[in-house]
Amino acid sequence: MKIHEYQAKELLKESGVPVPKGNHAFTVDEADEVAKNLKTELIVVKAQIHAGGRGKGGGVKLAHSFEEVKQHASNILGMTLITHQTGPEGKVVRRLLVEEGVAIATELYAGIVLDRSKNQFVFMVSTEGGVEIEKVAAQSPEKIIKEWIDPGLGLTDFQARNLAYSLGLAGDQAKNASKTFLSLWNAFEKSDCSLAEINPLVVTESGNVLALDAKMNFDDNALYRQPQINEMRDLSEELESEIEASKHNLNYIKLGGNVGCMVNGAGLAMATMDIIKLSGGEPANFLDVGGVASAETVARGFQIILSDPAVKSILINIFGGIVRCDRVAQGVIDALSQMDVEVPVIIRLEGTNAKEAANLLENSDLDFIVATSFQDGAEKAVRAAIRIES
Amino acid sequence: MSILVDGNTRVVVQGITGKEGSFHTTQMIEYNTNIVAGVTPGKGGQKFLNIPIFNTVKESKERTDANTSVIFVPPPFAADAIMEAAASGLGLVVCITEGVPASDMVKVKNFLNGTNTTLVGPNCPGVITPEKGKIGIMPGFIHSPGNIGVISRSGTLTYEAVDQLTKQGLGQSTCIGIGGDPIIGSNFVDLLTLFAHDDGTDGVILIGEIGGTAEEEAAEWVVKNHFTKPIVAFIAGQTAPPGRRMGHAGAIIASGKGTAEEKMKALKKAGITVVDSPSEIGITMKDIIDERNSD
Repeated sequence: MKIHEYQAKELLKESGVPVPKGNHAFTVDEADEVAKNLKTELIVVKAQIHAGGRGKGGGVKLAHSFEEVKQHASNILGMTLITHQTGPEGKVVRRLLVEEGVAIATELYAGIVLDRSKNQFVFMVSTEGGVEIEKVAAQSPEKIIKEWIDPGLGLTDFQARNLAYSLGLAGDQAKNASKTFLSLWNAFEKSDCSLAEINPLVVTESGNVLALDAKMNFDDNALYRQPQINEMRDLSEELESEIEASKHNLNYIKLGGNVGCMVNGAGLAMATMDIIKLSGGEPANFLDVGGVASAETVARGFQIILSDPAVKSILINIFGGIVRCDRVAQGVIDALSQMDVEVPVIIRLEGTNAKEAANLLENSDLDFIVATSFQDGAEKAVRAAIRIES
Repeated sequence: MSILVDGNTRVVVQGITGKEGSFHTTQMIEYNTNIVAGVTPGKGGQKFLNIPIFNTVKESKERTDANTSVIFVPPPFAADAIMEAAASGLGLVVCITEGVPASDMVKVKNFLNGTNTTLVGPNCPGVITPEKGKIGIMPGFIHSPGNIGVISRSGTLTYEAVDQLTKQGLGQSTCIGIGGDPIIGSNFVDLLTLFAHDDGTDGVILIGEIGGTAEEEAAEWVVKNHFTKPIVAFIAGQTAPPGRRMGHAGAIIASGKGTAEEKMKALKKAGITVVDSPSEIGITMKDIIDERNSD
């Protein structure tokens, strides 16, 4: 799960990471009020969306007067911000962060991620702050300094010092930085974070260490024990069809193509997308209906897939294991007889009771195309979509 | 021959009285798996399908000589259940549970260091040695005994591959679903090591997916250790968009890393046969085995 920068900064502040003074605003008036309370000359108005690269896209503006704050707030609120992380369709800005401007002396980077090959979290810092850290990692990996975190101990004091001094900091700045790193780890650990980034972490001209930006993602599997984080979920950042799917325990991700697919199991669902592409088509979505493909889940699946007007054919690919294919076939028949599906439906069922399932489908008076193999199903679905498009 | 599961496997089911646990215990027994005990704290002394239930894994091992555990407990308790099984000295622990927090698994992996326990999963279909034992939730009937090992990060896609093998007349030595989470017990390398030493395995199917670097590590290991048995690999998620979690917690292209393209490239470089299409897994292995036999 993702949260906004202002929410991340609230969490970091609670754990003792220094952040600029500021607050969020949903309206121009609120932005004005926050600005007035800051009692500072330089004010930053920042668009809050779940994507990076906001500055380049025109979502971060400096203001020198309250008039300017209002001007920027009114321009940014409601704008569709397009960055390298939003995709070409962009994201509508509904929230702002208004905070004090800071005189920056140095820009650094600090972050924590899960190192999957070492089975530990890793704390990373770099002197190359303010730029995309992926680029630094690719071009000059030696500029990223790492400390792996022992799960029994957490980030230790000496590791935090190693990180701070490796950045070339000295005196109070090094002390402040290492304290900040320990606080960041605390914030990370207690909220079941999966990724935290402060980019840039700045040293101000007056010598303070400050988190100028903040990004925190959370482990979906741990949300059951993180009520505070759960409350920070911003549904307006997610696609309606994806929210609807998650309510029914379906895993749906919208893609750009026109061949819809409904599959049981995540790996098989990805493989089905792949084979659609290999057969000359473009998958419209990822949809894992899980183990129980009942009439109800199948009907929901159809509704969600068809909410995307680009879909021109639907491939159902089920490998029946414990779930019997004849039950799935009955589910598809029940769902289709109750709803209007105007695009061709191609069905491929394999596994437990596949023959009985084929009989059920053939003897129903509904209009499906039955596929004889995985490959055959993909080809038929792609051909059907092309026919409809032309 | 086989790996992990054979005729000596004696299974304790953790969470045997739960909905999933009881259903799949019945299924495993139908496959003639030797289930010797169940564990549900507070239900010790009771029985399920004539199988004795104990309060703790330790007690179940002392009383029934169980050597393998399969875990069906809900996600908040799964990490503790794995550690309990390992602390009780069980050699193999298979965790089926989906939804275990990653930070819990980081602690589990640390705990397992220095024990002799092999963990498979979590979030996996389990391990099967056809006609010897099924420790998990896969449909037993699609499998047939033979000489091909299967290692996969997926569930139903593994069934798809196994079904293709069986239809090509290629039976399986052991099939392992290693799980779709970012932190898992056994990885490709751990299991390739076991298959390398198994006389009953002549070839290996490797099914990976986007996210992480486990496939790249497998490729590197194969080269370094001169693994000579043929491997046929498929990577799911060639069309997956970056930054989105594709169903499995571990199936995500993060910061441009973990793409199918990178993985396929690394595997090919290691001399592994990589198929583009998931429908060609079985036939490709069949061709390779036939060619080897005709030499």
